[in-house]
Amino acid sequence: MNQEYTLSVFSEDHIGILNQITIILTRRQINIDSITASESAVKGVHLITIVVRTTPEMVQKVVRQMEKVIDVLKVFAHTSEEIVYQEIALFKVSTKVMMSGTITDQVVRYHNGRLVEVTPEYMVIEKTGHKDEIIELLHFLEKHGILQFVRSGRVAITRQVKELNTYLKEMDSATRSKIPESTIYN
Amino acid sequence: MKENNNKNHNGNGQGEISGAEAVINILIAEGVDTIFGYPGGAIMPIYDNLMNVEDKITHVLTRHEQGAAHAAQGYAMVTGKPGVCLATSGPGATNLVTGIANAYLDSVPVVFITAQVVSTLIGTDAFQETDIIGVSMPVTKWNCQVKSADEIPEALSKAFYIATTGRPGPVLIDITKDAQIQKLNFIYSKCDYIRSYNPHIPLHMKEIESAAILINHASRPMIIAGHGVLISHAEEELLKFAEKTGIPVALTLLGLSAFPSSHRLYAGYLGMHGNYAPNVLTNQADLLIAIGMRFDDRVTGNLKKYAPDASVIHIDIDAAEINKNVRVDVAINNDAKEALYNLIPLVNQNSYEKWIREFRIYDKTEFDTVIKKDIKPESGEIKMGEVVKMISDLTKGDAVIVTDVGQNQMVTARYYRFSEPNTLVTSGGLGTMGFGLPASVGARLGSHKKNVITFLGDGGFQMTIQELGTIMQYNIGVKIVILNNSYLGMVRQWQDMFFSKRYASTEMVNPDFVAIAAAYRIPAKKVSERADLESSIKEMLATDGPYLLEVTVEKETNVMPMVQPGASVSEIKLTH
Repeated sequence: MNQEYTLSVFSEDHIGILNQITIILTRRQINIDSITASESAVKGVHLITIVVRTTPEMVQKVVRQMEKVIDVLKVFAHTSEEIVYQEIALFKVSTKVMMSGTITDQVVRYHNGRLVEVTPEYMVIEKTGHKDEIIELLHFLEKHGILQFVRSGRVAITRQVKELNTYLKEMDSATRSKIPESTIYN
Repeated sequence: MKENNNKNHNGNGQGEISGAEAVINILIAEGVDTIFGYPGGAIMPIYDNLMNVEDKITHVLTRHEQGAAHAAQGYAMVTGKPGVCLATSGPGATNLVTGIANAYLDSVPVVFITAQVVSTLIGTDAFQETDIIGVSMPVTKWNCQVKSADEIPEALSKAFYIATTGRPGPVLIDITKDAQIQKLNFIYSKCDYIRSYNPHIPLHMKEIESAAILINHASRPMIIAGHGVLISHAEEELLKFAEKTGIPVALTLLGLSAFPSSHRLYAGYLGMHGNYAPNVLTNQADLLIAIGMRFDDRVTGNLKKYAPDASVIHIDIDAAEINKNVRVDVAINNDAKEALYNLIPLVNQNSYEKWIREFRIYDKTEFDTVIKKDIKPESGEIKMGEVVKMISDLTKGDAVIVTDVGQNQMVTARYYRFSEPNTLVTSGGLGTMGFGLPASVGARLGSHKKNVITFLGDGGFQMTIQELGTIMQYNIGVKIVILNNSYLGMVRQWQDMFFSKRYASTEMVNPDFVAIAAAYRIPAKKVSERADLESSIKEMLATDGPYLLEVTVEKETNVMPMVQPGASVSEIKLTH
């Protein structure tokens, strides 16, 4: 049974890591719904957030294969309930259209959109939220005409208590104890 | 992403020695005394420096980079030391790829050093430029490009550490030509720590205890041991564990030689062309103890019908192998030696005479229906099996055996009686035709045994036949046995069994192999009559230096038994 998983891949900041991670998914014919890569809160540690749909068994297999990549520090696989996540979208629309009727009002009040730039020709609206909320706003604005639209990949924060820093310390410590399975996938 | 750990590599060309000299110094510091390779434009600075240390490092010039890769693997498999292989940029590097993939699938430590075009030309489609980092990424344990001389020590120290620790594997370091020429202040210390890589997994006694409970309560248990036993040098622990518990031991192809084949608890060789008893009885066992093996599809047959009644204990150092193909009840993610060492005190002294008698009954059936005809045929053409059996008897297991891939490999695995660890060099996971001859070059240079014997088919031999030149140049004393049936035998067997005997492109018109050997000044003989076989083998074994023995074998033989594709291991067929 396929389910949505958010993979958080923490790695050293080396060239080629993204490629090494994605080929693991490609080999298994797992489609990437979204992907985001940036530096994490820990200096020198890179974070790749990938959203995939697959089975619970398969997600465990690919997590282990990702952790096998030498420069990968830790990989977490979370279901949507286990994380707080957001995506961001930007819409460029004609100012003339936006000023007609109650469109701007609806964007701001009902959809929680934010105007980030307003010029006589166009407005740029920012919307942060889950994919379905963004799609809802997209459908609304489509009716009135969109000049440009872009949506980001997912970013996510886990609900679990144990933080990455703790894992890193454990890895770094002389005893180098292995983290029991139960705490990895919970 | 930013470049290499935020370090500021100035690479300003100031310092004591060149990058190329640093590479050589590091090889010496890592205890490397034999390397295999092929020079070319971009790697010339390294080769130039190699000339200065001819007393310390023997470089073997193969006739093709693929040969160098396989030779380095053969060397690594018999010595337990990392193999080292050099190649130039572009085609030199891409010619290695089959050898790298082969080492990757069989977990063999080989450090590949390739040269790259000058750093300013990278990405411009320069002459002999390929993105070997991108190309080799899926088939290396780790790879790294070095663009300035001062990065060389760290990259190479990591390369040796990663290749040889944990589950071993090939690594590739790609060094630009300018980095080889630049100077650096050379300081070298061996790597023993990488934050993101922990090969020393602490043991969890809870899993060991759970395993012991399952073992102590089993009534039809079976040990299935693989290459991991040899890699972790756990042969003695395996022997002790088996003898204490009385549990029969079956081996995978790459596990052969990890347990003496003459031992009363030896249950045979597992897999598609393995022995009858361990394949059939896998599906009657109530407990499988898998040690250093990865449930390859050639071992498990149809997974849905694999070991339906068995609990499974899986000891493997690679966490990614646990639950990959077979769901396990107890996972011991650890080194085989350490796991067995801790497990032995917790298991009961036991014996399973009734269960072992079942193995012997199947053994007898296999002997009467298959083996007897294979090793003691009374008439007809020479059989592959009798050649292997005769060499096994005459060497008494005191030899290193190398094989190519196909029928020659399966027959050798079935009929050579291994008695010492690390005496088989073969291509398991990738099944690389052309592996045997170059791998035997490395095995010969790495082994102290009097005899290193390589069994090849006429097809595989001709894939890397040019390595006869290497054997000639360095007088490498390998005994080459060509089992010549003028067919790509294993493919022909499948055509026979599954494609209505339509032999599409499998028949070979072969040259005069004895004449070819003569051209390379290698003593050679062709045998077609059974009466001449023994004396010819004895002559080969008594010869110092290389020798080629071509044996004309029965043209159309099928290697049996066989677990047919899609079938369960218990549906293994004895006859076709």
